[in-house]
Amino acid sequence: MASVSMTVNGTAVTASIDPRTLLVQYLRETLRLTGTHVGCDTSQCGACVVHVDGKAVKSCTILAMSCDGAAVTTIEGLAHGTELHPMQAAFREHHGLQCGFCTPGMIMTAVDLVNRKGGALDEHIVREELEGNICRCTGYHNIVKAVQAGAEAMAGAGQPIAAE
Amino acid sequence: MTATGIGAPVRRKEDFRFITGQGRYTDDINQPGQTYAVFVRSPHAHAAIKSIDATAAKASPGVLAVLTGDDLAADKVGGLICGWMIHNKDGSPMRAGGHPALAQGKVRYVGDHVAVVIAETYAQARDAAEMVVVDYTVLPAVVDMVKATQKGAATVHDVAPDNVVYDWHLGDKASTDAAFARAKHVTKLDIVNNRLVPNPMEPRAAIGDYDGGTEAFTLYTTSQNPHVARLVLSAFIGIAPEHKLRVIAPDVGGGFGSKIFIYAEETVCVWAAKKVGRPVKWVSDRTEAFLCDAHGRDHLTHAELAVDDKGKILAMRVKTKANLGAYLSTFASSVPTYLYAPLLSGQYDIPAIYCEVEGVYTTTAPVDAYRGAGRPEATFVVERLVEVAARQLGQDPAAFRKKNFIRKFPHQTPVIMAYDTGDYSASLEKALDMADYKNFGKRKRDSARAGKLRGIGFSAYIEACGIAPSQAVGSLGAGVGLWESAEVRVNPVGTVEVLTGSHSHGQGHETTFAQLVSDRLGIPIDQVAIVHGDTDKVQFGMGTYGSRSGAVGMSAISKALDKVVAKAKKVAAYALEASDGDIEFKDGRFSVAGTDRSLAFGEVALQAYIAHKFSGQDLEPGLKEGAFYDPTNFTFPSGVHICELEVDPETGTIRIDRWTAVDDFGNIINPMIVEGQVHGGIAQGVGQALFEGAHYDKDGQLVTASYMDYCMPRADDLPSFAVGTTVTPCPSNPLGIKGCGEAGAIAAPPAVINAITDALGHEDVTMPATPQEVWRAVQKAQRVLAAE
Amino acid sequence: MYAFTYSSPKTVRQAASALAKSEDGKLLAGGQTLLPTMKQRLAAPPALVDLSKVEGLAGIELKGRTVVIAAMTTHAAVATSAVVEQAIPGLAALAGMIGDPAVRNRGTIGGSIANNDPAADYPAACLALGATIVTNKRKLPAEQFFTGLFDTALEPGEIVVRVSFPIPGRAAYAKFRNPASRYAIVGVFVAKRGSDVRVAVTGAGASGVFRAPALEEALKKRFSPKSLEGISLPATGLNGDMHASPEYRAHLITVMAKRAVTAAIGK
Repeated sequence: MASVSMTVNGTAVTASIDPRTLLVQYLRETLRLTGTHVGCDTSQCGACVVHVDGKAVKSCTILAMSCDGAAVTTIEGLAHGTELHPMQAAFREHHGLQCGFCTPGMIMTAVDLVNRKGGALDEHIVREELEGNICRCTGYHNIVKAVQAGAEAMAGAGQPIAAE
Repeated sequence: MTATGIGAPVRRKEDFRFITGQGRYTDDINQPGQTYAVFVRSPHAHAAIKSIDATAAKASPGVLAVLTGDDLAADKVGGLICGWMIHNKDGSPMRAGGHPALAQGKVRYVGDHVAVVIAETYAQARDAAEMVVVDYTVLPAVVDMVKATQKGAATVHDVAPDNVVYDWHLGDKASTDAAFARAKHVTKLDIVNNRLVPNPMEPRAAIGDYDGGTEAFTLYTTSQNPHVARLVLSAFIGIAPEHKLRVIAPDVGGGFGSKIFIYAEETVCVWAAKKVGRPVKWVSDRTEAFLCDAHGRDHLTHAELAVDDKGKILAMRVKTKANLGAYLSTFASSVPTYLYAPLLSGQYDIPAIYCEVEGVYTTTAPVDAYRGAGRPEATFVVERLVEVAARQLGQDPAAFRKKNFIRKFPHQTPVIMAYDTGDYSASLEKALDMADYKNFGKRKRDSARAGKLRGIGFSAYIEACGIAPSQAVGSLGAGVGLWESAEVRVNPVGTVEVLTGSHSHGQGHETTFAQLVSDRLGIPIDQVAIVHGDTDKVQFGMGTYGSRSGAVGMSAISKALDKVVAKAKKVAAYALEASDGDIEFKDGRFSVAGTDRSLAFGEVALQAYIAHKFSGQDLEPGLKEGAFYDPTNFTFPSGVHICELEVDPETGTIRIDRWTAVDDFGNIINPMIVEGQVHGGIAQGVGQALFEGAHYDKDGQLVTASYMDYCMPRADDLPSFAVGTTVTPCPSNPLGIKGCGEAGAIAAPPAVINAITDALGHEDVTMPATPQEVWRAVQKAQRVLAAE
Repeated sequence: MYAFTYSSPKTVRQAASALAKSEDGKLLAGGQTLLPTMKQRLAAPPALVDLSKVEGLAGIELKGRTVVIAAMTTHAAVATSAVVEQAIPGLAALAGMIGDPAVRNRGTIGGSIANNDPAADYPAACLALGATIVTNKRKLPAEQFFTGLFDTALEPGEIVVRVSFPIPGRAAYAKFRNPASRYAIVGVFVAKRGSDVRVAVTGAGASGVFRAPALEEALKKRFSPKSLEGISLPATGLNGDMHASPEYRAHLITVMAKRAVTAAIGK
């Protein structure tokens, strides 16, 4: 067992863990933040995307130990109480989700995208940038619309709205 | 139409929890004292088990139990079942081998369940599972379904020595053969309908729990139909009586058919929970999902279409081999038979059809229903045949289809189905218009100048949804009825809970069903809660698949609402001191005709519960009604999809440039949700056509066992879709709904392949049309051109 | 994943000594290949030495006519680096084609080349650009570094510290992706420096990245996609799998080379 400390959604947490614990396992099982999902074994589906020090990463492909000292934001840390992050609101408004399983990873990826590339995103860019997130329900049509609208809303709010 | 009523694009009530990470999927649930199950799976496609030595595994840290098929047998736990009996041509029953939840003597596919290890942690269970030593005698794999039925192939199940599960047919052979004999033109095609892995993004999971005090079991699981799971686990597998088994399917992350079935893993978790006296949790990883979730499709077909000299279709003849895998999964037998052949008439007036289907055992994962289930396979046959026939006759494919469309309804096809309504020309015309078909030639020339080959492909599909009239399916071999149940509970303050046997795993029932209630009772949508997925809360219901939840599930709700309104009118009559017949109900108010006396819905609900204004002898207090709705016919959604794409002849890469879909789903409750269903269906259909294919090597190893090799459609593989509708209300249910869940997956594959073959100028393209396959086909096209 | 011991050294020297303590121990760079492999229990290193906290192991510098990229620099950092974009835009573009955005935020150049996956992208750039791989012990030209499938000249305890890319006249990368994994089925990096042209091919070779002399000779005569018309490479020695036969790969090498040349000229 080894000790690891990090900040998750603004709260400092320390735990003693088996070094083979992946960040996603730490989030889901130790902290019981179950909004981050596991959809594959090969780092491809993106259901597990969270932000580590402000950057989108696949939490199934990073050791919790490697996040010692890092600031982690999960889907649970995106909204302020019941006030949704603009990207969350856009997914609801544009029906960018059906079963909801890929949704947290999609939203975290989309927020990272806007943080990197700004609010004016054409369809082509959005589709390319979502290549690491697989959705089986929506055919991506409404996800793309949601990301574009969410990006505009984030830009309109004048700041990267990620909680980190 | 109100802002939240029928026809409004209401934003989904369920979304808040999903977008904030508060969904509650099975793997999100942990029980106190929970243990973890990991399965020891067969590395061989086909082998006899000589012995299993679990000594080391049992001694491994944290291990509570290692259980095998012998333990299941000792506890008299029955095998998994196939719930649809198919009869051979000679009337004899199909030959179904046993399907134990843990192998007994033999394994039959890679991933087959040999033993289960239960430990304190997942890692300990996984470590110990590797220590279970299984001594196998490897037997020859049976992978190729053609070779499977040939002399010399190994036998998968002794009950079917030649690996033929059934040899079934439908239609009139004599009249079909006669029509072919007099036909001016016959189009012949050999068709591969590729094997798919459903891949809902949430892998399957189960938690079994046993309460020794009440001798009752609970199963949390990823199910599309928790009551059916309970019925099968109790009545057939025999783990617990029905009233002592609660099945909960909480939020479920997509199903597409694969979560209809009752699998080995959840069976073992329930059984093992009692054996170890602790809750037992199993969560599939993606590799296990590839190996063991029931696959879909996998047909080989020879099909022929007879056409007269005027271009009128005379008859169709179809011979199909269907790979059913190593065991018959829950509804496997029905998919290539009664969900397939009755759809072969498509949208066309075809006087004679004859179809033969051979179901085959192989040493591969079981094959069962996947989005569309039989209907995509049928549509692919019909729409490829029709397209090719038009090309061979030198006719415009749209015009050829139109000439052969059914125009008068009801229409009895030669293959069981009685189509009730539709307007196939209307959807075709609208689609041609939306797709700007008249300027396709110009676009093709523009593409050619850029070195690309442009093609256009049509698919005019029909599906039989709203499954299904119980008597009808019973007569065809189904082991269950396919009605649906609903209960509407009005609370004293006028809020409403609807308990439904349907199950939502992405379809948005919490919104759509609430819209119906809001519309009918005139109450705000946020005063309506939809309850589903828990057998302790909801009365028996049949679940969600086959695009049935709107047409059947909501019809049951509608029926229950009628009863609620009728009862409430009686309550209102007492409260307003009027006679029943004078009470009118409109916009959420009960009023006495011709007066200004009225009560709101909530006030009447309160009156029903306080029961001060009427005698309990005259009228029962309370306001709660239930209904079981059994449909009188299938529903027949239909439509036209048009795919336009470009082939890069240098690489074989395909870019879909535009997609047009015009569907007739009858009446629509929530157009936003319906469009979403269409989008998702198209993506899965395009996935089948261009990207996805489960591939076993000659030894029966699944080569495509992860997303590294099984290509899931990504955002950058797909275009945006232009979606439109036409409406002919369904006459057979009270809401006029036909269903929309499977349409895209059914329509899309032939549209794509018709477009590619149009671009290339020959018909030799097999799904999935990967770049390599298309490049091969481009080479062939160039050879054909060079020869001309 | 099997159990392992974990350490997170602060210096390269500490990392080397931690690695030396465990015979089959492994360095953890970005982990985007190693961790999935370990999750599937296809690798079982008894010790992991995490390089993420080692100081001075990330960053991009222009040194004269050379771009120097430290080993723990992420693909995202290379893809968006103004220095790389200015000096070797084809290299920035290549980094932007690896994996997906989240993978690029973790995956590193050092990890990629040390793993030498036959379908990885960086080896093609290293070979075509004539990169030098600098370790804690020595400097190795790319030709000597990549020795075969998942095999490099790295010795036990040797750690890649940085990679130096001499700036070419023109260079570009064209990649034909495996539709499922998004790794290269064929990736061709073309670099022109004066009259010298190098064409390096990844994804296709049965023994990893290789140079294509036939294409190089044709391009030395005239650096134009037209020079490659009609050149068909033999399929012998190329990979074949369900996604692409050796023949298809051979064909794609020429097509991707043409596209890389077109891109290089355009820049």
